Amino acid sequence: MKNNAIVRFCGDSGDGMQLTGNMFAQLAAEMGNEISTLPDFPAEIRAPQGTLGGVSAFQVELGQEVYTSGDKADVVVAMNAAALKVCTLGSHFNHPQAHFDEDFALYHRHAIVIVDTDSLTDKDLEKAQYHTDNPFTELGIPESVQIVPVALTSLTKEALKDSGMDNKSVLKCRNMFALGLIYWLFDEPMDKAIHLLEEKFKKKPALVAPNTKVMVDGYNYGHNLALNVQQVRLDGDKSQISNYKCQMPTGHYTSIAGNKATAWGLIAAAQKAGKRLFLGSYPITPATDILHELAARKDMNVMAVQAEDEIAGVCTAIGAAFAGDLACTSTSGPGLSLKSEAIGLAVMAELPLVVIDVQRGGPSTGLPTKTEQTDLLQALYGRNGECPAVVIAASTSANCFDYAYEACRIALENMTPVILMTDTYLANGTALWRIPKLAELPQINPQTVPEELKGHYNPALRDARGVRYWAYPGMEGYEHRNIGLERDAEKGTISTNPENHEQMVLARKHKIEQIANSIPDLKVINGQMVNEQMVNKDVVLVGWGSTEGHLHAAANELGCDLAHFNYICPLPKNTHEVLSQYKRIIVCELNTGQFAAYLRAHFPDLPIEQYNEIQGQPFAVERIVNFVKKSEC
Amino acid sequence: MEPSHFKSDQYVRFCPGCGDHAICMALQKAMAQIGVPTHQVAVISGIGCSSRMPHYLNTYGFNTIHGRGGAIATGVKTSHPELTVWQMSGDGDCLAIGGNHFIHEIRRNVDLNVCLFNNRIYGLTKGQYSPTSPKGFVSKSSPFGTVERPFIPAELVLGARGTFFARTLDVDLPTTVDCLVAAHRHKGCSIVECLVNCVIFNNGTHAWIADRELRAEHSIILRHGEKMLFGKNNDKGLALEINTPGLFRLIVVPASDPRVLVHDAHQQDPTLHRLLALMGQERNLEVNTPSLENTPSPSMGETDGGLPIALGVIRDVEAETYNDAVNNQIAEVRGKAKAKTFDELTATLEQWTM
Repeated sequence: MKNNAIVRFCGDSGDGMQLTGNMFAQLAAEMGNEISTLPDFPAEIRAPQGTLGGVSAFQVELGQEVYTSGDKADVVVAMNAAALKVCTLGSHFNHPQAHFDEDFALYHRHAIVIVDTDSLTDKDLEKAQYHTDNPFTELGIPESVQIVPVALTSLTKEALKDSGMDNKSVLKCRNMFALGLIYWLFDEPMDKAIHLLEEKFKKKPALVAPNTKVMVDGYNYGHNLALNVQQVRLDGDKSQISNYKCQMPTGHYTSIAGNKATAWGLIAAAQKAGKRLFLGSYPITPATDILHELAARKDMNVMAVQAEDEIAGVCTAIGAAFAGDLACTSTSGPGLSLKSEAIGLAVMAELPLVVIDVQRGGPSTGLPTKTEQTDLLQALYGRNGECPAVVIAASTSANCFDYAYEACRIALENMTPVILMTDTYLANGTALWRIPKLAELPQINPQTVPEELKGHYNPALRDARGVRYWAYPGMEGYEHRNIGLERDAEKGTISTNPENHEQMVLARKHKIEQIANSIPDLKVINGQMVNEQMVNKDVVLVGWGSTEGHLHAAANELGCDLAHFNYICPLPKNTHEVLSQYKRIIVCELNTGQFAAYLRAHFPDLPIEQYNEIQGQPFAVERIVNFVKKSEC
Repeated sequence: MEPSHFKSDQYVRFCPGCGDHAICMALQKAMAQIGVPTHQVAVISGIGCSSRMPHYLNTYGFNTIHGRGGAIATGVKTSHPELTVWQMSGDGDCLAIGGNHFIHEIRRNVDLNVCLFNNRIYGLTKGQYSPTSPKGFVSKSSPFGTVERPFIPAELVLGARGTFFARTLDVDLPTTVDCLVAAHRHKGCSIVECLVNCVIFNNGTHAWIADRELRAEHSIILRHGEKMLFGKNNDKGLALEINTPGLFRLIVVPASDPRVLVHDAHQQDPTLHRLLALMGQERNLEVNTPSLENTPSPSMGETDGGLPIALGVIRDVEAETYNDAVNNQIAEVRGKAKAKTFDELTATLEQWTM
């Protein structure tokens, strides 16, 4: 009996795989499972139908102690010939003689693969570049894989034959038949499934009836034919799915995607701080949802402006910060590059500003819909001059909320730009989120200028920590001119004095360093003994950002520890103390070693090793485990 | 309020003879006339000699980065529409690197008072040509003369559907003050092109109208509701000539001619405003004519048909401002919303207990 299951929905871009996958994941979450999702779609809006480039997939892991969206699927739904090929061959789908190889396949050799047999016509096979008329043999799918052929298209047509719908609309419902079948496979209750479908389609009520019928027919198909397939039951007993004794803290839960969580973290912070939230942004994959969500939240008094370009996005935000608001801008890698000069202005003018970088494949236009962690050095150093900014990173789709909130707190309390790093995997993936009350969230104390300075204010005056005071237009008696030029440390006006410049560079550096006093210590996650192996106390896996789930799973398998970073600049004060306890420090990143380089620069005495993957995909836990085992002396 | 109330304690560092001194004085006079208190005024600039202006005004000010004053000013005004926001910019800062923000702030009709200091040169970086330098202009970065056509700033403003355009000259203090006050009074994006003289790098570029002897003949001050008259003795007027086949243009006629136009700055249709705004500037487009060198000769060129350049408030029409629209929409949505706080928002989510 398994605790967890990994399901992959795979089809043509027009087949509704994202919607189907989302609905399955959401119902699984509502039934008490932890979930982690991975939407995996191409950059094009609509590639030619049935081709390999148009394959869109959605993967979800569900069960208990779910940290990742899974390495290899247990159950696959392949809606067409191209999807079958891509799932079977993985990254080798373009190799002419490739066949099933467990290293590359997206499912394992004991998986269940449900295939729409109506989408395996000669024409379909040709579009997907098959050379024979038997795709299963051609792909070399082993016998251990349970192939379940289902005439999805005909069955859907049959289900809707009396609906009066046109052929095109009928075909769009194929995914619902597959969904119904999967619900049967996982023994999910249909009444809740129907309720969820009604919620999803409430803006288009005409679609509810046909989609419900098709979904129920799919469920019944599985039930009636007692498909020759092992019904997948998590933890054996059906009742245990709904009475699952969860190890998560009690509370109200929902499932949320990372971008939405980020947007809501900003909303919560603004309200807690008593500030109006301003967003200046420009559409860019994969960050655009943040702009969409905040544009829709005028009910929360959010001012979200779609600017004419990335630079105007950050500059309107800087204007709002100058005028006293909680100002944010959201983008991805290329946009962060464009914003660098303006962020430098905010560093020099010492204004609060939150910059969100939802990382994607780079460099340049790169891989817009794929994930990696390659903007770290840009966020840390990509500005002219000695220009330090705070850099923090979310590590789950749900804690995008907490770290967006934290970015706002640090910015408002320390008069500095804060760059929050997330990525495509977190942004589009969904996870369980425990809904907080505003009262539970940490206090935020904006650095507003005190009354005593009225009439004596200048923009260079600092408190005991070295943080200057925030006075803005509308406040009588604090008129001043802020600048991007170097300022006099005492008077705040333009200064080219040599000693003053050095003093100011060091003052701005110190201001960032002292933030380490108000952030949590680094916590080590202890890996569990899974195979009764000796706990490996000599090794620590190190990561940052979205890889936490995968590294946690790897640490569990290896029986070693994980030190996962959310605060990068400044680092937690106990970083050296923690890392120096291990003989091997292995920094695992989806890049060629950016955080590793940063740690080496900070701690030249520590033996920093690295493990890297940079394929636009999240880590494969197995590969990390193998690397660590093989590289043991 | 006195103009001195708006003076900061900083020593004004414009070069002696720079036109910016005059504009600075005009700004202080205009702000005194307008009467908005210093703490409710924000003066935003980019980089350039013109962009030093905030330091000399005793209001809130922000001297930002090259070309981005417009975007930052948009952020200030939209988030805090109760403030009076001025933008100081130059022909390089506004029309080269800042071009994109310029056309969008005009398109959106953000309620800003924009001073575009046009000296046809890059002064702060010591003498490169700008997007308003005439074709053939010899400069540090065009030692053999530029090979590009310049902008006519007014044309760009109208091309972006501008609702306010005024033009003034550094040496004409009264007209400058009038334009600045009118810019403030206009609710929307008000562009005031200030023709200023860069005494070090492009001395005399506006001499053909700055020179007292020539000003009356070469320029006309337009005032809403008044006849379009100019000349040393006010003996000339402007009329509209409509030729076949479908060509219409402005012409100079004797002041007594019944066809002399009365200026209507509030006319929504921009057609006549465009003619007026572009009028008399052909001489500024190219230096490649025998009678003109780098410094355009003060003589009247035949090409212009004797038309003067228009100063004063040329266009001043009403349209909804971006800052009003943005704030109104938020107020409207919020007025109808059931959930207004974070806790009320989360209560609307599909949720379950664990």
